[in-house]
Amino acid sequence: MTLTTFRGMHLHAARLIVAAAVLLPFGGVAAHAQEVQVMIDNFTFAPAELTVKVGDTVTWTNRDDIPHTVVSAGKFRSKAMDTDNSYSFTFASAGDYKYFCSLHPHMTGMIKVE
Amino acid sequence: MSEHDHRNDDERGLSRRKVLECMTWAGTGVLWTIAGGVPRSMGLVDAATAAEAPGLSFLQISDSHVGFDKPANPNALGTLEEGIKKINAMDRKPSFMIHTGDVTHLSKVEEFDNAEKIISQAKLDVHYVPGEHDFLDEEIKLYKDRYGKGTKGAGWYSFDAGGAHFIGLVNVVDLKAGGLGNLGAEQLEWLEDDVKSRSKSTPIVVFAHIPLWTVYPQWGWGTEDGGRALEYLKGFGSVTVLNGHIHQVMQKVEGNVTFHTARSTAFPQPAPGTAPSPGPMKVEDAKLRSMLGVASINFKQGDERLAIIDTPLQG
Repeated sequence: MTLTTFRGMHLHAARLIVAAAVLLPFGGVAAHAQEVQVMIDNFTFAPAELTVKVGDTVTWTNRDDIPHTVVSAGKFRSKAMDTDNSYSFTFASAGDYKYFCSLHPHMTGMIKVE
Repeated sequence: MSEHDHRNDDERGLSRRKVLECMTWAGTGVLWTIAGGVPRSMGLVDAATAAEAPGLSFLQISDSHVGFDKPANPNALGTLEEGIKKINAMDRKPSFMIHTGDVTHLSKVEEFDNAEKIISQAKLDVHYVPGEHDFLDEEIKLYKDRYGKGTKGAGWYSFDAGGAHFIGLVNVVDLKAGGLGNLGAEQLEWLEDDVKSRSKSTPIVVFAHIPLWTVYPQWGWGTEDGGRALEYLKGFGSVTVLNGHIHQVMQKVEGNVTFHTARSTAFPQPAPGTAPSPGPMKVEDAKLRSMLGVASINFKQGDERLAIIDTPLQG
């Protein structure tokens, strides 16, 4: 079963980035498109708030023993991510994207896209 | 039979007046009754007769999480089977069973199939309500196809048994960011209508996955609009609220309302605030079965409160 939707590129490179907030540019291909990670541990998004640029891709990875989702009303909605599953979304326009886990709604986060 | 058609439940007769006129408490050796507002103790013969009066007995199982295989319990299907064996070994056969949700872990077809194979071994009618883990398939139809027959909305319904009115609610859909469990306006409206014409002496049993009372909002353990549901049940002489979701026994009595949560058959979860998160709690293998289990609920006509007995798989 795959619950992963990668719309961006450099899938494997993205997985190598461990520090969630570290932004690494990729070669000269698309100078500004970056891949950023958000980890889900202990029913918490880390970082809970993240600022990216238009065109960047954010990948959420669930490291809990319980499935989670990420849902931003009208913007994006992942399937249930089981342990170690990921979901990615590429942000095409600027704005504040508040999101939450639709299974555990006390889990909330925000992506600010500039 | 698990695909119970809730439209066809008929109501058995009962003396509703008696419930209000003759509330009884069984204490240590003395059975007190209240008749016309005046307490009196019953004679021994009366008491013996009352004790022998057959009541309704039903079972609650919850949070079987079939498909779960993580360290907290690598074999959730096996412990579900142990729970069913426990039920089959009971002296008194319960009239039916309720399942308060999270039948499966990931809403996969084989998980529903495996759960059915085991739970059907109890040879009891099972009245289900869904947990959030039962609505994870793309089309959200696997649970409804199996257990939603004759139900309203996302799967709520009511039925009568043994003189009590049973109400199965769904509080795991349309959850709002930052919020708790949710019943929603449509379901609340249905509930109001479902109970309004009933005699206030009818014992009410409400069951839903997430606790209807606020157990620990920091972990989402509560229902946003649960208070409104309870408003509609105000005035009933006996209300029992049975939930799951938090994988541990917890009970609270507030006036005529008894709130109770059952153990899971799959894995324990920590007591509120005692761990970084409400996720599955890994305990020593020898201890696991003392933290899993089922609940049996008994009530006799005339009793104000239902007797709830939580039976762990072991110990």
